[in-house]
Amino acid sequence: MQNLIALRVMCGHLGLLAVGGVNSVVPEMQRETVEVHRWMSAQEFASLYALAQAAPGPNMLVATLVGWRVAGLSGALVATGSLIGPPCLLVYAVSRVWYRFRTAPWRRVIQAGLTAVTAGLVTAAAVLLAEVTSTNWKTALITVAVAGVLLRSGLNPLLLLGTAAALGATGALG
Amino acid sequence: MGLSGFGGVLPWARRVIVEQRRWLSPAEFTDTLALCQFLPGPNVVNVSIAVGARFHGARGALSAISGLLAAPVAIVIGLGALYARFGGLPAVRGAFIGLAAAASGLVLANALKIAAPIRHEPLSVAIAATAFAGAALLRLPLVLVLAVLVLSAIGAASLRRRRRWSDDMARR
Repeated sequence: MQNLIALRVMCGHLGLLAVGGVNSVVPEMQRETVEVHRWMSAQEFASLYALAQAAPGPNMLVATLVGWRVAGLSGALVATGSLIGPPCLLVYAVSRVWYRFRTAPWRRVIQAGLTAVTAGLVTAAAVLLAEVTSTNWKTALITVAVAGVLLRSGLNPLLLLGTAAALGATGALG
Repeated sequence: MGLSGFGGVLPWARRVIVEQRRWLSPAEFTDTLALCQFLPGPNVVNVSIAVGARFHGARGALSAISGLLAAPVAIVIGLGALYARFGGLPAVRGAFIGLAAAASGLVLANALKIAAPIRHEPLSVAIAATAFAGAALLRLPLVLVLAVLVLSAIGAASLRRRRRWSDDMARR
């Protein structure tokens, strides 16, 4: 029960902080699950994150998995609901007003400021995650190679994820 | 739609909403997306709420969100259960090490794509770098980083806008 409340509180505020998408709060989620609540190791968090990326659907699913790992099915439902609930209500309310202000100059000013902050936070999220998953030089190389290929080509990411998983299954990355 | 989005649903959402069903024009979709990025929360979830609400009010928003999330949540829990059951096997552990490393690469590429458009604006780069340092190097709580930076970033953006405006005036 205590864990469910902790999940509820964590996901509730992470959802409201996720300006620019859930990826910008992944480092904070990791900090709280691993360092504050000590629910799992950093490596395990990275595995859950990878699982959520590999599964079809929105990339907020990492919260579902964290909840599931901490408190089973009810944990998964509480984490998912708490993460999306508050932003959903906010979007529902604001989207009806927003339409009227679509050409207002202040909107563009706010957007320009937010874009810069989001860019920094999302990059920070990526680097923190890469730090956790780079257990040795081989896994670090995979991360850099995948990023490089995706920046230069429109290759399906699933293909790269599959290749890396197959490579790992042979034990070559241990 | 939730099921077709490997590695993110957004490109699919655009394809179906704009190109196939023609519920929104491209400009309307971009407009909705701008709102949803500006508000907190998962972007695609926000878009589904906004589109659902626009056409069918609260019921539309609810059906959009449950349609988007129900199947992916069930699948990911199933995968999680499999992982817990077989995660001890060396091959499975290895596969996950590889998968996690590749997923990091995916996120890294995505981050750089998001950051790319601001690289010619020194001020935005400085703000982004500060956000990066606060979150990644100093590991400050996100609330703090967001509160301080969002306010100063918006202030800076509005100053620059005003300056550009007065430059234009002076030229005339």
